[in-house]
Amino acid sequence: MRHAQPRIRAAFSLAVTSLLVISLITSQWWLGDSPQQMQFDTRLAPPSVHHWFGTDALGRELWARTLAGLALSFWVGCLAALLSTLIALSLAALATLSRRLDALVSLLIDTLLSVPHLILLMLIAFALGGGTQAVIIAVAVTHWPSLARVLRAELLQLRQAPYVRISRALGKSRWFVLYRHLLPHLLPHCLVGGLLLFPHAILHEAALTFLGFGLSPSQPAIGVLLADAMRYLSGGYWWLGVFPGLGLLLMVLSFDRLSSHLRRAL
Amino acid sequence: MLEARQLSFQFSTKVPLIQTVSLSLNAGEWVGLSGDSGAGKSTLGKLLAGYLTPQAGDVTLDGEALPAKGLQPVQWLPQSPELAVNPRWRVGKILREAWTPSEAQCEAFGVQAKWLSRFPQSLSGGELQRVCVLRALAPGVRFLVADEISTMLDPITQVELWQALKQEAEQRKLGVLVISHDSALLARLCTQHYHLRSGKLNQEPSPTFTKVS
Repeated sequence: MRHAQPRIRAAFSLAVTSLLVISLITSQWWLGDSPQQMQFDTRLAPPSVHHWFGTDALGRELWARTLAGLALSFWVGCLAALLSTLIALSLAALATLSRRLDALVSLLIDTLLSVPHLILLMLIAFALGGGTQAVIIAVAVTHWPSLARVLRAELLQLRQAPYVRISRALGKSRWFVLYRHLLPHLLPHCLVGGLLLFPHAILHEAALTFLGFGLSPSQPAIGVLLADAMRYLSGGYWWLGVFPGLGLLLMVLSFDRLSSHLRRAL
Repeated sequence: MLEARQLSFQFSTKVPLIQTVSLSLNAGEWVGLSGDSGAGKSTLGKLLAGYLTPQAGDVTLDGEALPAKGLQPVQWLPQSPELAVNPRWRVGKILREAWTPSEAQCEAFGVQAKWLSRFPQSLSGGELQRVCVLRALAPGVRFLVADEISTMLDPITQVELWQALKQEAEQRKLGVLVISHDSALLARLCTQHYHLRSGKLNQEPSPTFTKVS
């Protein structure tokens, strides 16, 4: 019975995240063009039965824009976390090949970790000219070091494991050992690491977009919605900031909880 | 012939573990190595198998250095078989990593067919050790370093394992370095017996060779 509660919480977390992911993935089909549809006679309408989350300054439905923004953030977060995990895994694998490469990878990790994330993010996104691609690359390039450090340590420890040494003595190549012995062992770490990166990636995408270095203002991204809301908050139009913010919080929290449960399980 | 000449080795502690040790092992010969815990027996075994590189001296096989790549003609068998196998692989895959033994060879080493589909965690230490010994006997292997491989086994399993290995070694003219604390075992198995004390070898009086009963 003592073990039942964490399992229930993990199952609940999985159910909420799955529901969220399914609704985000399918949203583009059932939302249609409603996030962009303007109705000037219902500008800045507060939340009601007809307008669940209220409307913005151009009369667009905020619930549709929030959902579309979350879907966009989800894809950006997915791709950035995937790319970041791949970079981390490749560099960790590279570090195991020789001492010089290990020193180089370690130096790269320490250098990147010593620079504040957001500054580097803004610089990279600005240098790449903004937009979805730039945000994905910027987030991916800045988020791999902590995972790479974990994977590198794990690989270096595994490399000394007797069964790995024996495999080499049995005539297996370095690549065989890497693909068959080492990488399968790292997959759970990559899965959890990637999932933990995901909420970070989403938050940083929103932050970048909010600061004007990320996605285009014409896209219904959460960062764009929050930046727009700033102009109207003093006027009492609270729903413009609260609902997109809550949506972002829900998505980040659900993924964070799920990855925490997964980390404990693996 | 596997030959170690003037081997010296130390870990980063700067305390010499192996000091100018020389040892030779002929094809088909069984040599015993004993010594106190921490005397450097396993380290010497790993040096002979090429797992460690000596700071001085060299290990040669028929006058040439051990190959850097490919199947090593000198195989090391560790004391703990649990650490010698990938815990995510099934026993069949572990066994076939280097070669595919015949049914008769599996039978000789007591490796049962039903084990092959299991994961190593479900096998006992003794069962897993037999799998590891059989795996190390790939064609092309000429010498074995058996590092206390029977320490954790019950007496009956020990006898069965050594009998099977003895038979295989005789057929293939395998040279075996047996590392053990058990002087009686070394006396039964080996033609020569070395004792490692403070990193130096002292040759024990050579016992007469007797077959494992």
